[in-house]
Amino acid sequence: MEFLRPATWDEALAAKAEHPSALPISGGTDVMVELNFDRHRPSALLDLNRISELTAWESGRFEGQEGEVIRLGAAVPYARITRELSRELPGLALAGNTVGSPQIRNRGSVGGNLGGASPAGDAHPALLAAGRDVLVEAESVRGTRLIPIDEFYVGVKRNSLEPDELIRAVRIPVADGPQQFSKIGTRNAMVIAVCAFGIALHPKNGTVGTGIGSAAPTPRRAVEAEEFIAGELAERGLWESGALIGPAAIQRFGELVTAAASPIDDVRGTAAYRRHALAVMARRTLTWTWNEYTQSLRSAA
Amino acid sequence: MSQIRTEKNLQNITTAHPDGIGGSPLRPDGILKVKGEFAYSSDMWHEDMLWGMALRSPHAHAKILSVDITEAVKHPGVQAVMTYDDIPGSKFYGLEIKDQPALATGKIRYHGEAIAIVAADHPETARRALAKIKVEYELLPTITTEEQCLDPETHGYVHEPSEYKGHASGNIVHSQKVISGLGVTDEVRALADVVIKGDYVVGMQDQAFLGPESGMAVPAEDGGIDLYIATQWLHVDREQIAPVLGLPENKVRLTLAGVGGAFGGREDLSMQIHACLLAQRTGKPVKIVYSREESFFGHVHRHPAKLTYETGATRDGKLVYCDARIVLDGGAYASASPAVVGNAASLGMGPYEIPNVNMLAVALYSNNPSCGAMRGFGAVQACFAYEAQMDKLAAALDIDPVELRQLNAVEQGSIMPTGQEIDSPAPVAELLRRVKALPLPPALDTTHLDVRDIPGALSNTSHGEGIVRGVGYAVGIKNVGFSEGFDDYSTARVRLEVIGGEPVAMVHTAMAEVGQGGVTVHGQIARTELGVERVTIHPANTEVGSAGSTSASRQTYMTGGAVKLAAEAVRNELLALGRKRYGWDYNDLSLVGGKVVSASAGALVPIADLLGDSAIDLTREHHHRPTVPFDKETGQGFGHVQYTFCAHRAVVDVDVELGLVKVVELAAAQDVGKALNPLSVVGQIQGGSTQGLGLAVMEEIVVKDGKVRNPSFTDYLIPTILDTPPQPVDVLELADEHAPYGLRGVGEAPTLSSTPAVVAAIRQATGLALNRVPVRPEHLTGTGE
Ligand SMILES: Cc1cc2nc3c(=O)[nH]c(=O)nc-3n(C[C@H](O)[C@H](O)[C@H](O)COP(=O)(O)OP(=O)(O)OC[C@H]3O[C@@H](n4cnc5c(N)ncnc54)[C@H](O)[C@@H]3O)c2cc1C
Repeated sequence: MEFLRPATWDEALAAKAEHPSALPISGGTDVMVELNFDRHRPSALLDLNRISELTAWESGRFEGQEGEVIRLGAAVPYARITRELSRELPGLALAGNTVGSPQIRNRGSVGGNLGGASPAGDAHPALLAAGRDVLVEAESVRGTRLIPIDEFYVGVKRNSLEPDELIRAVRIPVADGPQQFSKIGTRNAMVIAVCAFGIALHPKNGTVGTGIGSAAPTPRRAVEAEEFIAGELAERGLWESGALIGPAAIQRFGELVTAAASPIDDVRGTAAYRRHALAVMARRTLTWTWNEYTQSLRSAA
Repeated sequence: MSQIRTEKNLQNITTAHPDGIGGSPLRPDGILKVKGEFAYSSDMWHEDMLWGMALRSPHAHAKILSVDITEAVKHPGVQAVMTYDDIPGSKFYGLEIKDQPALATGKIRYHGEAIAIVAADHPETARRALAKIKVEYELLPTITTEEQCLDPETHGYVHEPSEYKGHASGNIVHSQKVISGLGVTDEVRALADVVIKGDYVVGMQDQAFLGPESGMAVPAEDGGIDLYIATQWLHVDREQIAPVLGLPENKVRLTLAGVGGAFGGREDLSMQIHACLLAQRTGKPVKIVYSREESFFGHVHRHPAKLTYETGATRDGKLVYCDARIVLDGGAYASASPAVVGNAASLGMGPYEIPNVNMLAVALYSNNPSCGAMRGFGAVQACFAYEAQMDKLAAALDIDPVELRQLNAVEQGSIMPTGQEIDSPAPVAELLRRVKALPLPPALDTTHLDVRDIPGALSNTSHGEGIVRGVGYAVGIKNVGFSEGFDDYSTARVRLEVIGGEPVAMVHTAMAEVGQGGVTVHGQIARTELGVERVTIHPANTEVGSAGSTSASRQTYMTGGAVKLAAEAVRNELLALGRKRYGWDYNDLSLVGGKVVSASAGALVPIADLLGDSAIDLTREHHHRPTVPFDKETGQGFGHVQYTFCAHRAVVDVDVELGLVKVVELAAAQDVGKALNPLSVVGQIQGGSTQGLGLAVMEEIVVKDGKVRNPSFTDYLIPTILDTPPQPVDVLELADEHAPYGLRGVGEAPTLSSTPAVVAAIRQATGLALNRVPVRPEHLTGTGE
């Protein structure tokens, strides 16, 4: 196995173009497990750890995205996201905080989560919920491609990267409302999601974002649930009034989230449990975010 | 001889050494392990060393039509490829029944069975060579359920009758009945006012030790083999290895390598024979280290069990009878199944006086993974069932569950269903009283929530919603030492000599230190008995006699007892020397603070002066009192060496909507006879309790049609620190006069009752029956198996 260690991003892109089958390695928390379990024998490893810009983030305004955006380097570890960006990216920070253990959170990255594109990756529901204009910055020697998050996940552990492309960063709009993330595991730490749910309120454009993890071949959003609850909030003037959503609508939201999933039975849990748990998480997280929103309305008033 | 008797000296000589028995000196391996500097068996290295690896079956039940190794042999870097036909000596081995082929022949009986082994210059070379071995299988229907196992006419035999090596017949490895009083007849049933029936299931738990199976076999010039190995019992390994190699036992020498946990999983052989065979064949040192995945196939697990209990009691809560059937899935090979059955049958009524008993325990052969020893050994499964029965009975009678247990608890002088009298303290009622008397943890404070404190923890599933608290109690009974007539003696050699002007004791045993703290205790015993400061521990090897297994909660009792005997013998010889030299006629001599001390006359002489250049080097064997096998039909017999008891109170918070559990506190009370090392004792109790907690809420090897579905720590979950609650421990010390220092084995009892206590607490929180462990979120939410 060859071990490629580019010192710069351009060298990395050149190496990837030359060795399209080379496997990028960032935090290595997925890659090394695959190698150790002998599930994967790549011809070459492309080590991205010398490229310091991948572990940096910046905030600013970018074309095609409204408002302030965080451009998160692919290799920024979860621990730093939770520490440094919990105000700007609260959903992702919460999701990152559920990943593995402190050691894994010190190494694992959103770029790696996207690279693996596992349906159980915890960043995905948070990214989906954060809005349709979350963009994955994919780059190759041929140039940059901004892949909308909705088009990124294409199959079980498959993403829409081309063989010569690397993820440079993810552009995520700064939260304009409360966000939450919940995940089910059969122990209280260091557990792969049985299922997970992310939600983000977007009062600016009156939408609600969702993301479902581990309950379908790919991470996916619960489109009908989003539209239903956005409709409720708009029609009943709740964004302005901050009044209670009410149990019926919350219940319906949970049902629609469940309906959007297509889980299977496996060693981690049954499909029936996943459906049940998604509904519970959807109801609870909607309640939490709405409570937070109404509080912010009141304190602003 | 001049005696110096200053104030200071007097104090020195009359005070027992703080690191003697009853003290808590730190263990020598502790800091090394925490810092990652401890040398485990997997860290060994030898010049010219080869790497060994095994080819394992992807099927659970299949005929082997052919094995073609041609391409593997030709692979560059490969030094040997061996199959069944290359085994020089006897082809089968086993702990109790020699029914397991060292390499598969003819038939595959479980998923992961080894078929061929390879030695190569690099692990990657070995892996590639394995991939070139061509095995042709003819798949056979698997025999995996109780119904299939018990109907061999229809479903076939795991071991054909012609090749059957077990004690029983059909697909039954072993069975044991226990009948006492009038047994359970219609007349007996009529004596009960209340009858509770229950069916229980215990899933397959794994020892989940962190150091994978590993070791190194080094060929010696005399044609023998030196094996450096992480194991639980050097001598029984040797007994099984030597015949397969076609060598006399004295040509197979074993030395203990650094062990990363055991819990019963190293009682059977794993890579030992394979490494030795390859070393013998190649003439080179051969190292084998299992990967984590291979480790799940490389050792036996705890027997999954189905238990059927019927318990009758009077209106005022007195137990009248119990009828029970325990079916243990032994898997493909016998391993320790017969002894596990003996324990399940003889301890399966719990620490209760029950006048009429009818018990049957059986272990089956199946195409599931082999099961054998694991901490608690046959007593764990039964404890889950009989404690659930007690809770149901308490509910039916509207009696407090702790009171009901106390009302029926055994005590010293009680007769077990096997007819054996409990002839040492059995403070079951007192342990329950103590654990109940401990203050309860505070209620969940929902106004200042730290999500780490509630079910789901950082997964952020609840901010207080759906959470219900429950409290549950349980108590268990476990035996210490090997039972049923087995003489599992221990040997110890103690040498006393002067080094650098100071008396130094050296303790040499073959005891496997697997993390239990045995070497620390040996040092403490030597300090106490010989009054020395410095003790060195000789590496454990087969140059000294057997120390028996590091299992059955027996090592401090047995090998600790042997060290005590050997040290006493050394002391006697030293004092005899003194009497001879100085003409002492004191009969109140002891060794304290490096001196010979008379209780009446004070310090007489420094040990170093008395001993001079000579050394006293003595070896002693320690045998426990004899036991007898249980009668096959009635289970009667003085079968156990010692009993041990632990009680638990579990407090849990359950998110009843999501089915997630957080154990808030797991309190224990245990009688240890005498705490030789109080810190270690508490460590053992907390560790055992945690392992039982794991079985209660998460630990299970999932097997479907004989295939292991979760051979990794990604999906075989064990408790993390956030799953492990505070564990207050109340240690009682009521001496057992039959045991050295009055001590009682500690390691296993806490593993029994923690599981049913946690489940009882979950039942209280949810109102659900929960007849199966581990309890999964599905069971708590009605969403599937
Ligand atoms: C003990 C343990 C616990 C874990 N727990 C969780 C958990 O709770 N939740 C969870 O979601 N995950 C978990 N994981 C998986 C893993 O930590 C995450 O998926 C993490 O996000 C991977 O990031 P990484 O930087 O380590 O990726 P790596 O392992 O370096 O790479 C992962 C994949 O992404 C590709 N890749 C990496 N960087 C790039 C790039 N810049 N461009 C293109 N492709 C790239 C790699 O080629 C590889 O396919 C766990 C892993 C372990 C070992």
